[in-house]
Amino acid sequence: MRTVCFYFQVHQPFRIKPYRFFDIGEDHHYWNDYLNRLVIRKVAQKCYLPMNSLLLELIEKHGSKFKVAFSISGMFLDQIEAYAPEVLESFQRLVATGQVELLNETYSHSLASLKSKDEFVSLVKKHQQRIQHLFQGYTPKVFRNTELIYSDQIGKMVAELGYDGMLTEGAKHILGWKSPNYVYSNSLAPEFKVLLKNFRLSDDIAFRFGDNTWGDFPLTTSKFVSWLNALPKEEPVVNLFMDYETFGEHQWAETGIFEFMKYLPEEIFSNSNFTFSTPSEVLASLSPVSSIHVPTPISWADEERDLTAWLGNDMQDEAFDRLYELEKQVRSTCDPELIRDWEYLQTSDHFYYICTKFFSDGSVHEYFSPYDTPYDAFINYMNVLSDFILRVKQAHESRATTLTKA
Amino acid sequence: MKVLMFGWEFPPHISGGLGTACYGLVQGMNFHNQEVIFVVPKLWGDEEPVADFVNASTVSIDYRERRFKKLWKNLTYIEVNSYLVPYLGPKEFKKYTSSVLQGSTDMQESVFSNSFEFSGKYGKNLMEEVARYALVGAQIARDRQDFDIIHAHDWLAYPAGIAAKEISGKPLVVHVHATEYDRSGESVNFPVFEIERAGMHAADHVVAVSQLTKNICVRKYGIPAEKVSVLHNAVLDASIITSAYQKKVPEKIVTFLGRITFQKGPEYFVEAAKKVIDRDPNVRFVMAGSGDLLTKMVDRVAELRIGTKFHFTGFLKGDDVDHMYAISDVYVMPSVSEPFGIAPLEAVRHNTPVIISKQSGVAEVLNNAIKIDFWDVDAMADAIFGLLHYESMARMFKELGGDELKKLKWEHVAAKLVTVYEKILAQRT
Repeated sequence: MRTVCFYFQVHQPFRIKPYRFFDIGEDHHYWNDYLNRLVIRKVAQKCYLPMNSLLLELIEKHGSKFKVAFSISGMFLDQIEAYAPEVLESFQRLVATGQVELLNETYSHSLASLKSKDEFVSLVKKHQQRIQHLFQGYTPKVFRNTELIYSDQIGKMVAELGYDGMLTEGAKHILGWKSPNYVYSNSLAPEFKVLLKNFRLSDDIAFRFGDNTWGDFPLTTSKFVSWLNALPKEEPVVNLFMDYETFGEHQWAETGIFEFMKYLPEEIFSNSNFTFSTPSEVLASLSPVSSIHVPTPISWADEERDLTAWLGNDMQDEAFDRLYELEKQVRSTCDPELIRDWEYLQTSDHFYYICTKFFSDGSVHEYFSPYDTPYDAFINYMNVLSDFILRVKQAHESRATTLTKA
Repeated sequence: MKVLMFGWEFPPHISGGLGTACYGLVQGMNFHNQEVIFVVPKLWGDEEPVADFVNASTVSIDYRERRFKKLWKNLTYIEVNSYLVPYLGPKEFKKYTSSVLQGSTDMQESVFSNSFEFSGKYGKNLMEEVARYALVGAQIARDRQDFDIIHAHDWLAYPAGIAAKEISGKPLVVHVHATEYDRSGESVNFPVFEIERAGMHAADHVVAVSQLTKNICVRKYGIPAEKVSVLHNAVLDASIITSAYQKKVPEKIVTFLGRITFQKGPEYFVEAAKKVIDRDPNVRFVMAGSGDLLTKMVDRVAELRIGTKFHFTGFLKGDDVDHMYAISDVYVMPSVSEPFGIAPLEAVRHNTPVIISKQSGVAEVLNNAIKIDFWDVDAMADAIFGLLHYESMARMFKELGGDELKKLKWEHVAAKLVTVYEKILAQRT
């Protein structure tokens, strides 16, 4: 059996509103409700609703032969619940077909796996509960970490939580001569399986599809299937991992991306021996060919496929360290509002906006950032964090007073 | 290639950024082995011999030349009897005009006299000097045939450039370092505007120091966009300056350094200072420089009751400028309209983090700076507070700012200019 495994990442951050230093100590609402709602509503029309209905159509047409997987961040679930319930319903309909697998990630699309095991586990559990609550008790079996961040240590940590396997990037510097089109295992927990993104074929769809300067433009279904057929016969699985917003948002409807997806399954069924599988089906049917060594974390971002989109410059490191210093203090308050803000502030996007690689790896970062420059992003984030630190301190002081009084 | 350049000032005798920019450009041209004949109204004799200098004060006009009379007639857009003095505020202007009114002479007569001593400054007889300079331009163009192209820097030299073009038939490039809209906002001095417009229209090509300036040329002067090239200024010396000078107060220092005039936006700095001081008493603000808005700023500081935290130094020169940069924790340039603005790059050389307005040309080349709209005092205050309190950002500016400066070289600017020249000359043949 040869198979194609589609996984789509669905995420939108809670963006922070312009928050000036005079607001510190006064204004405790950090989120840009207007912009966040606007983005959700806009992308819902351009991507989520049309693509969900296309997928539903494909599932109805091809029956059990067509399937896909989603990882839907808690930030996204919270926002569609509030701003676009029709999007939530359409995802629920898709999951109800049984042809759609949901993956587990951290509730707030956080970078906690790099910093704190306790925090990481708590966010994973929260995401699991959120999915169970919204999708009739559905319990994910496969894990995907924020931005496909993976290392041997992180893999082991996820293995201990009882998942079947995990998704990550088929980064060149990790694979060397090896092919991403096999199942691998974690080098510290040999039972734990790892699926690697085929970044060339994934990015042909996600990044290059509408690029008319690309040599292979325009990408047709028959061309894509001929590339699948050209892969060595012994390679069993092609993992096509991408942002869900590829469809209609990064690649506009005018590029023909919806038509491409509409006819791709047909083309695959009639002109290749590939099938469609979900990650857990792939993990169940294939054994690992070898273990993969990833001593330092990798991700799916930028040319380097490392963490430098979120961490590494002085500002990112300061913001990140200041935030995680608070972990124990915040958790011990048991204050639901503080904990909510704490979780939202962990979202990786906040650190992505502070990236200064921007000046060279530019266009992609700029496209995603609501700020003019990384410096604006940093100042805004630090102002909010300064207020948050004050609130955490106050919560502890007032608890201390209550305790003494009692 | 040989270029006939008309400037107004040249180091070491300069009163603004124009002379420095001309010097840098000439150095860059030398790097590429391009010859420059550089004309200035007045030579002092201690200029570095980087070009074939011509002292306009020693050029005598051959008033028998008929074409010159005709040219003079065509120069009517120079209102010879106006009392126009740029860079002066209303009060100083009044002082000048009253003295001029008493001792006015027949300008045409003096301009056409055999010898004419230029002051080379921006004083009361500026228009007269500009007109005479135009005739000098014509004379040089008639006497010397050994140049391929004419290049005039800023409006004071445009009439000279136009005259030289008319006499020699060689193509003209005008270099816009600033426009009347930058200096005066919407209340432009019409005669200056007219000279600028005439220069840009007469030119075969216009060079602007920033995209911002290019936009002004296109929108306000009606120049077609394809006729304007952007050539950002560069720095003569990108080395980092480490100073042993120590500050004598424990507080952090936030500095404004420049002319205290409408163009530089000093009032926004004062308002932002108030907002920061209200939240953080451990900061001092310094406004260094002088200008027609100085007393107004002093009044406003007193009115806001922040006088113990907000200081005025008056005009600084020499080492004092370096010391000021050295002890500053943040440098702010809130210019309302700044064609380029070299001062923030000086601050970067002193490892001082900078905040610059988006309405400055330098914002187009400097990445490691915080950019704000000049009118957004909330954003300005926020940026100041952020730089003072979130230390990693200042650290990053120090690390990256120096590297960025090293990329701003005059030889790159000159290389671009040479391609502009080549294109113009190719179009002619």
